[in-house]
Amino acid sequence: MTGRAVLSRLGQALLVIALAFTGAFVLLQALPGDAMLIKFENPDLGLSQAEIEAIRAAYGADTPIWQAYLHTLAGFLVGDFGYSIQNGTAVGGLIAEVLPQTALLAVLGFTTAVLLAVLIAFTATWARNPWLRNLLAALPSVFISVPVFWLAMVLIQVFSFQLGLIKVIGGGPVESLVLPVLTLAVPISAPLAQILVRSIEDVQRQPFVAVVRAKGASRWWVLTRNVARNALVPTLTIAGVLLGELIAGAVVTETVFGRAGIGRLTEQAVANQDVAVLQAIVVLAAVVFVVANLLVDLISPLIDPRLKKTVRTA
Amino acid sequence: MTITETRPGADTGAADRPVLDVRDLVVSYESRHRRTEVVHGVSFTIKPGEVVALVGESGSGKSTTAQAIIGLLAENGRLEAGGITLGETELTGLTDKAMRDIRGRRIGLVPQDPNNSLNPVKTIGESLAEVLRVHRWGSKPAIRQRVLELLEHVGLDDPELRAGQYPHELSGGMKQRVLIASAIALDPEVIIADEPTSALDVTVQRRILDLIDGLRVEHNSAVLLVTHDLGVARERADRIVVMRHGRIVEAGRTTEVIANPREEYTATLLAEAAAVAAEVPPPRPVPKPTAEPPIRVSSLVQEFDTGRGRAPFRAVDQVSMTVAEGTTHAIVGESGSGKTSTVRALLGFHRPTSGLVKIAGLDVGALKTRKQVRELRRRAQLVLQNPYSSLDPRQRIADILAEPLLNYRLADRAGRRTLVTEYLDRVALPADTAQKLPRELSGGQRQRVAIARALIVQPRVVVLDEPVSALDVTVQAQILRLLTELQDELGLTYLFISHDLGVVGRISDTVSVMRRGRVVEAGWTHEVFTHPSTDYTRELLAAIPGRSTAPATTQGA
Amino acid sequence: MTTMEWEAGARTAPRTVTGLGTAGLRGLRRPGLLLAIATLALVLGFAIAPGLFTAHDPLIGTAREALQAPSAAHWFGTDATGRDLFSRVVHGAVHSLGAAAIAVAVGLVAGTTIGLLAGSIGGLADSALMRLVDVLLSVPALLLALSVIILLGFGTTNAAIAVGVTSVATFARVSRAEVMRVRRTDYVEAAFGSGGTFLAVLRRHVLPNSLNAVIALAALQFGAAILAISTLGFLGYGAPPPTPEWGLLIAEGRTYVGTAWWLTTLPGLLVVAVVLSANRISQEISKGANR
Repeated sequence: MTGRAVLSRLGQALLVIALAFTGAFVLLQALPGDAMLIKFENPDLGLSQAEIEAIRAAYGADTPIWQAYLHTLAGFLVGDFGYSIQNGTAVGGLIAEVLPQTALLAVLGFTTAVLLAVLIAFTATWARNPWLRNLLAALPSVFISVPVFWLAMVLIQVFSFQLGLIKVIGGGPVESLVLPVLTLAVPISAPLAQILVRSIEDVQRQPFVAVVRAKGASRWWVLTRNVARNALVPTLTIAGVLLGELIAGAVVTETVFGRAGIGRLTEQAVANQDVAVLQAIVVLAAVVFVVANLLVDLISPLIDPRLKKTVRTA
Repeated sequence: MTITETRPGADTGAADRPVLDVRDLVVSYESRHRRTEVVHGVSFTIKPGEVVALVGESGSGKSTTAQAIIGLLAENGRLEAGGITLGETELTGLTDKAMRDIRGRRIGLVPQDPNNSLNPVKTIGESLAEVLRVHRWGSKPAIRQRVLELLEHVGLDDPELRAGQYPHELSGGMKQRVLIASAIALDPEVIIADEPTSALDVTVQRRILDLIDGLRVEHNSAVLLVTHDLGVARERADRIVVMRHGRIVEAGRTTEVIANPREEYTATLLAEAAAVAAEVPPPRPVPKPTAEPPIRVSSLVQEFDTGRGRAPFRAVDQVSMTVAEGTTHAIVGESGSGKTSTVRALLGFHRPTSGLVKIAGLDVGALKTRKQVRELRRRAQLVLQNPYSSLDPRQRIADILAEPLLNYRLADRAGRRTLVTEYLDRVALPADTAQKLPRELSGGQRQRVAIARALIVQPRVVVLDEPVSALDVTVQAQILRLLTELQDELGLTYLFISHDLGVVGRISDTVSVMRRGRVVEAGWTHEVFTHPSTDYTRELLAAIPGRSTAPATTQGA
Repeated sequence: MTTMEWEAGARTAPRTVTGLGTAGLRGLRRPGLLLAIATLALVLGFAIAPGLFTAHDPLIGTAREALQAPSAAHWFGTDATGRDLFSRVVHGAVHSLGAAAIAVAVGLVAGTTIGLLAGSIGGLADSALMRLVDVLLSVPALLLALSVIILLGFGTTNAAIAVGVTSVATFARVSRAEVMRVRRTDYVEAAFGSGGTFLAVLRRHVLPNSLNAVIALAALQFGAAILAISTLGFLGYGAPPPTPEWGLLIAEGRTYVGTAWWLTTLPGLLVVAVVLSANRISQEISKGANR
């Protein structure tokens, strides 16, 4: 990519983040009107009208919508994500506290997913036995059809209760990570493996593969030294999209396994209608997604030279 | 005809044992749980230094035979019976590992389409080194040295630069040279060239065939040339094997097959190839001049934006032509010559940058409303190159033909049905074709449908964009004959776009030769063929397979 | 060109023409597809006439029969309050399938409209609409669904709409890509050449030829929607108890994971079977498109 193309891609990424922020603001803070008002006007709290007014002023509830928007935007730009409606603590702090645990889970989960996908795809396309090929090629579509929360429970049932391999509670830090990582990895590995299988098959059908075979190369040589790199770009693109889904996966995984993290925070925010927390998480997810895809777009031309815009003159 | 009895390198004596011996080869494919035999007992031999051409149309089994020899049948293909001997080695029944040792080292392959035959993410050098690395030839620096030598050997300039480039940075001809270098890198006994030039521009084709020929002589290798083009075979091969429907219909020395074809099919193929290669097309009667020629183009310029701040790309540069009523004008050029852009401007698909275009009485540049553009398209119809993609796969033929009538409200329901039947008959298709879907028809039949669709609105002008280049040779001839008949019956004016001067010679009255957006030569087809005035035209003429030499000597440039 | 390409062409070389009449025969040769159709037909039956499949009451149980393992009397066993689990699964079908249908309808209508507009008008409208789609895609589906639920409130229908919103972007992308693909084909160019107006070409060629991919996607999204809705039900944002919605059903079994395996395993297996079937059918439809 040329410098100009990189800049334009960067601008596009920023635009998407800005729009995601705006969308989340409109959806969560502008449209619901006075979610907060309903909460504090609850007579059970026994707040006086004056106290309610004071709280409203503190949360900026009475300012015009565009002012609130600019105020929130300015806050987000300097890392101030506002205050939780539920318990009044700073959203930034809440997120920072649990982010490392989710990040660890996400990194391990994603790595496992990639390894699983590559293993499935390579074996499925390399095996000669048609029975084994079909079985492996069908595996991702089964993975994709499994409800994640159910998978988590079945894993607990099998590994903890039936086999007794992993303690449900009180296991070590590593032991307690095994099942959550698996739960997170399986549904993400499925689309990855599917796209990888399809790309490998597409590439293998291209005439140049027959030419490489005609040079005397073995199937393994063709797969590892010719096909794999060609199949990488479409896979990378999907991987970028799936990276964003990690946060969603974390919601279910952390809820089922009772782990603290961004996912759990999300689940609680929704249960408590804590829009400030949810907005911060939505924007965070959008940023992760956009950055991941930006990286994919910048890396792809290094893998496939045809994607370079600049043509060297012969 | 300048086919010589003995060719350099091939006359080392008939006592030579064949290097490749194919005996009673039977190949089948499995599709939807059904096995179909596609090659039924094919036998032939090739001696060292000899060129044998395997000639046939699509579906004849010639490519399958070549794939079987190198042991690379598609996964659903199977060698049912027969033997293949390479030198002393019997290839059938070899293990995969043993066969891998043969491929690349003892049999080299030059593939059909160079544009898709190099790994797009590897540099030229890496791709070329691959065959050496697979067979563990020499050390890394030795391989690097050999790669540069090979690139130079196949006639690429600046091997250092080329080795570092990627396939998309090279032209088709250059890529084919790289692939040839790869095929000969280990000095194989047999080179299989599978339609090595059919994806290349005509002027490049000849040079690539010359290169293969030169290397054959140098290394005394046997060449199996797989081709659909009897013209190429007759020019390049010592012996010809003609295949049809998976069987050999005729085989023998080139001179004998050409002079005395024993089978009618070979004779037909020969007649078609001869007609294409006719030294000089017969002059046609000069048409009566009409007041307003149906096509008049003067100083047409078509430019395209190439992005902000860059100079626009000029695809068509100062093109002028006039076509008289009831005649055929051909525009000839290689890919990128601007012929397609010219056509699209003529039919109002995009607005000309400047110049005057008058088609069937309409000033194309001045068309404003969509209604006017539609009127232009009624008077001037377009037939596209690929009949496999130009018909909507979901429509029945009757609906395809009725569509233009509906668009222009030219007939009621009953009238449409009558017209559909009438025009099917005009293009010599049976009436029951109307109820069929495109996929149930052959390529030639589909192109007839496309022609009928163009004619059903009774246009004055028909633009034919490479209408036969996706078809087999014998089908090509039928379609060209049909077009001529229709022209005589209906008084149509044709604008015929082609890269193939051979085809142009058979159908057109006048011709414009285009190159890089400009018309480099124009005139009566007969005149241009006999007295070409530019080197480029001479080169194009020389590239027609089967023509001996260009009549370049008859005229100074 | 006249020869088959190596490898690629030969695969399809001896191809036989299959008309519509042989569709039934093809089905017989593919047990997987038949099984998928049968599974969907069965759960559709559950949704339409649950009484035909079970005599047990899904909401009232017998305390004596609590937490019984699967048996002839209770095929899927019973839950903690003695309710027949099979009956709950059967009666839950209408909630899960109905919600999935709403979700697909929302995504299909909104997404396809956006995609068609963007693809057929092009230019500035295309860029604007596609940026919008990018934004929708940039937020993970579950988070987007949760944001919509916060706005609309909990409940089956709201959860269904929320899931539908998450699929708008996918429908938009696929339908736009299809329209663009068809628009570039030779037969569309030929149709314009035959004097077709923009709308006529759109109606006669572009829409019919893009439809298959969109229908295939709808089938795929139906499976995905069942998953998403069950997830929302599991998290407690969907149908309120004691509705036997499948996700909620599995959530209720969570407490007994160690003791009563059937409470989570059996309803879950049914969900897997239904989603797999939807995906299989989707695959078949898109295969038909490429024929």
